[in-house]
Amino acid sequence: MDAYLAAIVSVMLIYVLLALGLTLQYGLTGLINFGMVGFFAIGAYTSALLALHGVPVVLSVAAAAVVAGISAWPIGLASLRLRDDYFAIVTLGFAEIVRLTLTSEKWLTNGVQGLSRIPPIYEGTGTAAAFVIVAILLAVTVAAIFLIHRVAHSPFGRIIAAIRDNEEAVQAIGKDPARFKIQVLVVGSALAGIAGALYAHYVTYIVPEQFVALATFYVWMAVIMGGVGRVSGAVVGTAILMFFLEGSRFLGDFLPWISSVQMASIRIGVVGLALVLFTIYRPQGLMGDFTKR
Amino acid sequence: MNAITHHNAIVADRGASGAPPVLEVERISKHFGGFCALNDVSLSVPAGGLVGLIGPNGAGKSTLFSIITGFIAPSEGTIRLRGSPVDTLSPFARARAGMVRTFQVPREFSHLSVRENLMAAIPDQAGEHLFDLFFKPQQVRIQEEQGAALVEETVDFLKLKRIADLPAVKLSGGQKKLLELGRVLMTRPSVILLDEPFSGVNPVLIAEIIDRIIELNERGISFLVIEHDLEALTRLVGRLTVMDYGTVIAEGAPQAVLADARVRAAYLGGPA
Ligand SMILES: Nc1ncnc2c1ncn2[C@@H]1O[C@H](COP(=O)(O)OP(=O)(O)O)[C@@H](O)[C@H]1O
Ligand SMILES: [Mg+2]
Repeated sequence: MDAYLAAIVSVMLIYVLLALGLTLQYGLTGLINFGMVGFFAIGAYTSALLALHGVPVVLSVAAAAVVAGISAWPIGLASLRLRDDYFAIVTLGFAEIVRLTLTSEKWLTNGVQGLSRIPPIYEGTGTAAAFVIVAILLAVTVAAIFLIHRVAHSPFGRIIAAIRDNEEAVQAIGKDPARFKIQVLVVGSALAGIAGALYAHYVTYIVPEQFVALATFYVWMAVIMGGVGRVSGAVVGTAILMFFLEGSRFLGDFLPWISSVQMASIRIGVVGLALVLFTIYRPQGLMGDFTKR
Repeated sequence: MNAITHHNAIVADRGASGAPPVLEVERISKHFGGFCALNDVSLSVPAGGLVGLIGPNGAGKSTLFSIITGFIAPSEGTIRLRGSPVDTLSPFARARAGMVRTFQVPREFSHLSVRENLMAAIPDQAGEHLFDLFFKPQQVRIQEEQGAALVEETVDFLKLKRIADLPAVKLSGGQKKLLELGRVLMTRPSVILLDEPFSGVNPVLIAEIIDRIIELNERGISFLVIEHDLEALTRLVGRLTVMDYGTVIAEGAPQAVLADARVRAAYLGGPA
């Protein structure tokens, strides 16, 4: 049970990192990024490959942040020329391209077989090791919370909130929205890259099929249920998401006639239903949505 | 009223004294597909001037503002700020160069408070750079304190104190117009373009805004003002440009312009 709890908390903390990235990009700035999982994947593969070639995990995770951040640059440039809805589609396409590239470039990524025996975050077995890993993930997450919170409550945060409200008015007061949007995309994607790296070292085995769009939408659900634009919402929303995801797993124990394939669909259905109920009964999310105050 | 007439005379004198114009609009044309919204429009705002721009709905006034400030590219023509062309500058760069505008429909930052709206417009803040935010927290804090003091000055000047902590979305139309004026003031501009600053504003507040504009003008800021409220505008400006169907049909001192037969036909909706 301890190991199970540690596993849930670990996965949750990794999702919190993603939710924080999305909170920065969408919640605070209004950028619709449907390609979160693409940056997550880039981080996972970057760190895994480097670590498999002998780079210490600390450095490979840092490199994952840099590579994922840099790969957001062209997306950022695209965001300057596209309307919000088209930009969302570009990010969705970007993540698909990342996944297809990971599948097809076998020389680098080992294709659909994926990468195995990735060095773990912390060497060791048993419950003690599991808790050390939780502690490390927690430390990274707390640092990220501090970072995003500081950005949100700063002059920078004021301008990105202004961009969210009215981009042309930001230009009218002599500020370049492009610079802010690109930085927000890069920082948010770097966070997703770190999340991906930690994920790779946590599960120690990655294949392209782990990086499908569903993961992005889980993050969106977490942010919406927690409260868009609230740093605390990213944490609370992810906790709710995990509750429904894991809770529905236990449904299988009570409904033994349901196959595991059906069960997977039911889980998605349960999370979807939770989202629908939230948008009906608490549209501002659990922690409140600053755009609706 | 006397003071205002006197003020207009000063502006007219300054305009005639040959100082270089702060803003020059040179032969601007704009086509939207086959539709010609602006046809060969030229006008200028003398340094320290207060110029009015009137014309019926759809005459092209707001479009001209967007072209001057870089939000829309003209089909032809040139815009000069203090003698230098700004045609290649983006809207934010023109604002930084000292030329700012307000919008006909106010574009407040609705989820920021009035104070935050004003704070956002202060130029060159270290805290708007991620590096400085984390590595020069001291400088960021000091600038925030200085900025807050500047904001209080503007809050007092525009009498926004009572609503200063409200999110801008809660403001009335007139208050939003005032807020937009305050926001562009925070950028320390040399010329301000106001798009219908009195529309939706109650008469008491209109009188207030007129006083504020005159005070700012006396401090050296030039204005180009689009306005439908002719009575308010003639109290304010020393020069008037009249547009109709995308062209300038008259220009000069308000009284003379408003007596012009073409202007009366186009704008006042009847023959002279
Ligand atoms: N983006 C656009 N595309 C097509 N037509 C436009 C566009 N913007 C303005 N117009 C047209 O140009 C004309 C001038 O509009 P506008 O500048 O708003 O007039 P005014 O401010 O003088 O009332 C109007 O007929 C308007 O419909
Ligand atoms: Mg208009």
